[in-house]
Amino acid sequence: MTKQATSAKRERKSKVENASGALGGSARSRLPDPVRVPRWRFYSVAVVLAALGCVIGWHLASIQVLPGTERGYEFLQHQGQARTLRSEKINAYRGLITDRNGVPMAVSTPLSSLWVNPQILNNYQDRWGELAKNVRMKPAALADKLRRYQSKSFMYLSRHLPPAEAAQVLDLRIPGVYAQEEYRRFYPSAEVSAHLVGFTDVDDQGQEGVELAFDDWLSGESGAKHVVKDQKGHTIKEVGLVKSAEPGKSLRLSVDMRLQYLAYRALKQAVADENAKSASAVVLDTRTGEVLAMVNQPSYNPNNRRNIEVSATRNRAITDQFEPGSTMKPFSVMAAMEAGVVTRSTTIDTTPGYVHIGGKTFLDPVNYGVMDLTKIITKSSQVGTTKVAMKMDPNDIRDMYFRVGLGQSPGTGFPGEAVGQLPSYNRWAKVVHANYSFGYGFTASALQLAQAYSVIANDGVKKPVSLLQVESEPSGDQVIPRPVTQDMKSMLATVTEKGGTGTRAALEHYKTAGKSGTAHMVGKGGYADDRYRSFFAGFAPLDDPRIVVVVTIQEPRSGKYFGGEVAAPVFGKIAEGALRVLNVAPDAQVVEEHRTAKRSQPSGQPSFFQQPPFIQDTKVDIDRLQPEVVL
Amino acid sequence: MTAGDFLRRMPDADFRRPTNLWRRLHIDPTLLMLLMLLTGFGLVVLYSASGTDTHYVKRQMVFFGLGYVGMFIVAQVNLQFLERWAWWFYIGGVVLLVCVLFFGVGAKGAQRWLSLGGFRFQPSEIMKVATPIMIAAYLCRRAIPPRFKHIVVTLVLVFVPTILIMRQPDLGTSLLIAMSGLIVLFLAGLGWRYIFGALGIVLASAWPMWRFGLHEYQRTRILTLLDPEADKLGSGWNIIQSKTAIGSGGVHGKGWLNGTQSQLDFLPESHTDFIIAVLAEEFGLVGVLALIGLYVLILGRGLLIAVSSQQTFSRLLAGSITFTLFVFIFVNIGMVAGLLPVVGVPLPFVSHGGTSLLTLMVGFGLLMAVSTERKRINLNL
Repeated sequence: MTKQATSAKRERKSKVENASGALGGSARSRLPDPVRVPRWRFYSVAVVLAALGCVIGWHLASIQVLPGTERGYEFLQHQGQARTLRSEKINAYRGLITDRNGVPMAVSTPLSSLWVNPQILNNYQDRWGELAKNVRMKPAALADKLRRYQSKSFMYLSRHLPPAEAAQVLDLRIPGVYAQEEYRRFYPSAEVSAHLVGFTDVDDQGQEGVELAFDDWLSGESGAKHVVKDQKGHTIKEVGLVKSAEPGKSLRLSVDMRLQYLAYRALKQAVADENAKSASAVVLDTRTGEVLAMVNQPSYNPNNRRNIEVSATRNRAITDQFEPGSTMKPFSVMAAMEAGVVTRSTTIDTTPGYVHIGGKTFLDPVNYGVMDLTKIITKSSQVGTTKVAMKMDPNDIRDMYFRVGLGQSPGTGFPGEAVGQLPSYNRWAKVVHANYSFGYGFTASALQLAQAYSVIANDGVKKPVSLLQVESEPSGDQVIPRPVTQDMKSMLATVTEKGGTGTRAALEHYKTAGKSGTAHMVGKGGYADDRYRSFFAGFAPLDDPRIVVVVTIQEPRSGKYFGGEVAAPVFGKIAEGALRVLNVAPDAQVVEEHRTAKRSQPSGQPSFFQQPPFIQDTKVDIDRLQPEVVL
Repeated sequence: MTAGDFLRRMPDADFRRPTNLWRRLHIDPTLLMLLMLLTGFGLVVLYSASGTDTHYVKRQMVFFGLGYVGMFIVAQVNLQFLERWAWWFYIGGVVLLVCVLFFGVGAKGAQRWLSLGGFRFQPSEIMKVATPIMIAAYLCRRAIPPRFKHIVVTLVLVFVPTILIMRQPDLGTSLLIAMSGLIVLFLAGLGWRYIFGALGIVLASAWPMWRFGLHEYQRTRILTLLDPEADKLGSGWNIIQSKTAIGSGGVHGKGWLNGTQSQLDFLPESHTDFIIAVLAEEFGLVGVLALIGLYVLILGRGLLIAVSSQQTFSRLLAGSITFTLFVFIFVNIGMVAGLLPVVGVPLPFVSHGGTSLLTLMVGFGLLMAVSTERKRINLNL
């Protein structure tokens, strides 16, 4: 064009115009331009326009490839990416909680949560009705909620929908409606292990129980990915993974779901029968210190927590502390034996059936006369225990309690774990001294009680308790001399035998040992006369204990309240069933005795394992026993 | 005659031959080839710009087909006939524009269309062609350079359709039509004193025009150009998005169908007025330069046709068509690149849209008619 322009100039000077020839650049003949319109005007316009074209070209190049300009291509490329590239959270899969055999107790399921951008949705009010119908909301309620959030750009519409249902809503293609993937917890064992497992909140964070205690372990780490989104906020494609989500680790609890169901059923039945306010049961593996079952009443369904009472969510077996009452007598007696103030054959004269200590009178229901230590335990003699205790230093009693785990954290890590109170005094009042010997004046939880009994079962070795499965049997510490506990074991065995306070705890196929207990509950201004707590703590089989079972029942209101009546049968059912589940060989002697007894008295209880291990409406026949005074 | 003699004489023989096939068909093959390249390229970009929706591409292909047919028909027109009938085209166009003001239908606050039995068309498109024809026809019979009287008549002829279209309102088209008429005036050898005088008047009236002559939305567009960031989500949106699209394309672009701005609905009007931003994002500077190169070749060919023409009317007409095409391209690219205010001017042969394409094709038909006009000079010899 420049060439043409210069030639045009030349032509203008010479006034001889050069008509370019025909098309296609064929030969040009030198002819004057017959047209009056000058060519140079055309060329000059072309030059001006070419200059303008260069301006545009330069401008395009400057925003497209030239570096270093303030709003140049680097800035614009960044802008382009900022518009479409988004970093999105990838929710991590929460770890599984299983029992010791791998039976799932808490599982995470992927679900979709729908959320909306009210600012966008506001422009499509005609589709609100359709949307409300599909998420099962009342149109008025949805409209109301949207109006409240109208200045916001995020609002949950419906959380934790099955993915297919969420997809159905998304398929309506209503602008401003989006979905995000989340996980929700399901608890297959529901109310049976609700207290132990606990639950997570809607954001998948542990709120109670093991879910809370081991939240870090279970929750994993959420990841992030880069996605390309269009202007309406729909994800077009995933372009890259920034960080993959680290799934949470699964957690294997020490409990055995079979025992858990078993214990739960027995406990629930007892609470119903005795019209009790609450109850707990703990089954401990004596060898490993693992909690094999831990159940409470009342319970709740963690899968539907809409109408639960807060008090029902407490894992009472761990969090509630109480005065353990007579279940402590074996320990005070052992303290006396260890201190050497009594031996197994020492006799105590309990005549006349009561004793005055520090202005208070402690009495037995009848005058037992002269008793040896075994009989004191068998009959749970108040006077006998007190007299033994008064022979020794009260600090020795407290020390014994402390050694078996009272006043110390059991160390399960469970939220709200009770430590219990085990006060110590510089000068012990005589009443306090006496109270200490039969389980008043200090507190313990059901779990602590179970641990204390496991020390007797383990011949004086204390092992740490655990809610998680332990890999190998812990060695434990010898906290009570072995001969003392062996003596105590045989003394406790008499409790479930004829004449003892816990005959209802006797097992069909195993020799067992244990101790009942009944305590007045603390009410307003002291002990309440009409509210009791019934206990039974024991272990089985006697010769090689496998399990410790502790049952506590609060405020039975059926008229019965003695531990030997209310708690002992529950102990019996749980221990009997548990040992069978655990494949423990029956004691031949007991089986033989039972067979003889059965022949003469043919009314047998229905066997526990004819029914599947679910909670069923089993009606267990409870014979009315003559009440025995057990305090 | 030896073979060598024959070859030496070939060009002359070719030139002397009164007709060849192309000439008989009134088609300029070079221009036709360039147009086909450009329309083909345009379809490729349109496919991406419309979000891989073949609907638009198919429609556009129909328009191209109609356009080429229209171009072919117009190319057969005898230019002397056109010159004689220019008044009637012009008057007819103006009448239609007046009709638009009274019976027009519209969209987005403007009233630009006439509806005749389901068929809608924009009379302003007719005026894009009719105005330069009219001015060229008027001036070619008058003294060259034009005298004052003729200049006044010309200005009246230019501003009648301009003002009518401005009233629709359609500022972009009206200015383009004014431009196409005024270019004829300049090409016809308008005296410099008039040119500088007009420039002076324009500068002096700039402020009153700004204050009273423009609609609010028109003012906004110009302000937006100066500072698009001032109203990011409103009037600045188009410019910011299109600049982002162009800038993020870089040298080689993101690849066909891979532009995030254009594919993900950020770029508004991506298949019509802002289509070059799609091109720039996906094909980069290389693609933009290729497109501009094609335009330059077409414009150059148009200029060559104009200056080769041996009729005053044809030369003025061809010049006006060529330069108006340039103005279209310039305004569109300038608008998308954020150099000029946003006016609704499509990118010739690439943007989707039937009416403007037909108008362009009619213009190129006229160019072809000019290029294949019988060389009366040959007869005069």
